[in-house]
Amino acid sequence: MSAPRDRFKGGLASRLVQVGFLVAISVLWYLATTRWGVNKLLLPNPLNVWDQLVDVIAKGEYLNDLRITLTELAFAFAISMVSGTLIGFAISRSPYFTKVFEPLFAGIYSIPIILFLPLYVLFFGLGPASKIALGTTISFFPVVLSTIAGFSNVDRVLVTAAKSMGASDYQLFRYVLVPAALPVILTGLRMGFTVALLSIIGSETIASLGGLGHRIVNLAENMDMARMFAYIVFAIAIAAFLNTTVSVLEARGKRQR
Amino acid sequence: MTTIATPDAAKADAAIRVRNVSHHFGEEGEARHVRALLDTSLDVERGELLCLIGPSGCGKSTLLNVMGGLFEPTTGTVTVGDKPVRGPMPHDIAFIFQENALFPWNTIFENIMLGMTFQGVPKSEREDRARRALEAVGLDEFADHYPSQLSGGMRQRAALARALSLETSILLMDEPFGALDEQTRMVLGEDLSVLLSRSKKTIVFVTHSLGEAVFLADRVAVFSARPGTIKEVIEIDEPHPRKPEFMTSAKFHTLRDRLYELLHDEIRKSMSQSAKPKRAYEDAVAKGEA
Ligand SMILES: Nc1ncnc2c1ncn2[C@@H]1O[C@H](COP(=O)(O)OP(=O)(O)OP(=O)(O)O)[C@@H](O)[C@H]1O
Ligand SMILES: [Mg+2]
Repeated sequence: MSAPRDRFKGGLASRLVQVGFLVAISVLWYLATTRWGVNKLLLPNPLNVWDQLVDVIAKGEYLNDLRITLTELAFAFAISMVSGTLIGFAISRSPYFTKVFEPLFAGIYSIPIILFLPLYVLFFGLGPASKIALGTTISFFPVVLSTIAGFSNVDRVLVTAAKSMGASDYQLFRYVLVPAALPVILTGLRMGFTVALLSIIGSETIASLGGLGHRIVNLAENMDMARMFAYIVFAIAIAAFLNTTVSVLEARGKRQR
Repeated sequence: MTTIATPDAAKADAAIRVRNVSHHFGEEGEARHVRALLDTSLDVERGELLCLIGPSGCGKSTLLNVMGGLFEPTTGTVTVGDKPVRGPMPHDIAFIFQENALFPWNTIFENIMLGMTFQGVPKSEREDRARRALEAVGLDEFADHYPSQLSGGMRQRAALARALSLETSILLMDEPFGALDEQTRMVLGEDLSVLLSRSKKTIVFVTHSLGEAVFLADRVAVFSARPGTIKEVIEIDEPHPRKPEFMTSAKFHTLRDRLYELLHDEIRKSMSQSAKPKRAYEDAVAKGEA
């Protein structure tokens, strides 16, 4: 009897609360700029921002910056996905390598790698290459760490059972190791994707020639606050869309192994 | 005492022949060094059900794994039919593990199909054989369930179905009902007895239950405490399939008591063995005080 109500509470109702939260923030924002006299140079009117956003999208002005950011993201994530899973798998095959590299990678993962950005800019220049290098470095660690964890924690009984039934090395990999490790690896890939996106947009705001982060900083420097906020909203929407897509892919991958 | 596992010497057509097998884990002198099996010889006759029983940690699983080629013995030899065992023999031997070892991401049906894929059964035969195996254990209605959706007893039956579908002449079962409650294992034991009397398979079955051993086995091999070796082999002279009435008969109880007697001393021994580190500690304390 309580099942439908619980589902309501879990699904629709929580969606409503989330939407309500966003609406409340927008209303507060509106009131702050119209009634409470917050300086327009610090916080533009949300209606203004909306107009700017429509303008940015209608003119297609965002296209070039979005293309740069997404290209950097695609390269960085592709490189860390391939290298992270391959290197992680290779390391997981040897208990000795696992013992050596796992703590090492975990240690590096916990330091702020963004500190290397100035170095990367010196090496690779102000263009996309330095963003790709940074995004790759940062997203490599969650991918490699989860791959090591996934492959080295496969239930030994399952491996023994497969061998006792005559599984070849390839069959063992395809039908036992991969399905067993996949959920952990997919989680690592999603985390890698998220940190790659964060670090790429972040580094664009620090030192770059193009991209969404670059555009936002440029507008801030020109005191064009309404348009800057429009780009921030745009970037948030893109990030939310990408992260949702990746989460859906992750969930689907976990179901079909 | 010497270990003559098979009374009438070496049978000509033993299904599995274990000769002077010793096994230890780790290197000599290491802290982790364990002598699990010591100079064990045993013949498993074709078509019999042999139970291994003994104190925990005496090497029963080790012997089973050595028989099935999953561990290479430190010394000694195992032959199956006339082939020396050097690794897994998927066409001759199927395993059932204590933890059922079903792949949790596959349905019961897919699990059985996958076993046959590993073994190399032609594609055209697999589906038919999987259905028959599921029927044999009474799980045909649960073919598309995942292992996590079944009870413990059903999971063990699914594992049995997977092993049966491989159509090997030998089944090695390591405490297959160990994780189940008494009533379920009794019923599964009865079913197994019926199934086996039809199939003519050779079976080695590890158990901790004296009742299960007497009820199922043609012979029971009793292990000594670690390093394990076979202390005595007892015949259970009762035709298969065995009826539940057998369990309440005087013969059953006599055999069960005999087994208990044999085991009792070994269990005491193995318990004082595992208490050794503590005693060493106490000695050290005593010396310190002296
Ligand atoms: N992989 C291993 N590495 C090191 N030691 C092991 C290993 N497997 C088993 N041993 C040791 O060998 C001994 C025999 O183990 P085994 O699993 O054969 O015992 P068992 O008779 O099956 O016990 P149980 O009835 O509790 O299952 C134990 O003392 C155990 O500690
Ligand atoms: Mg055991």
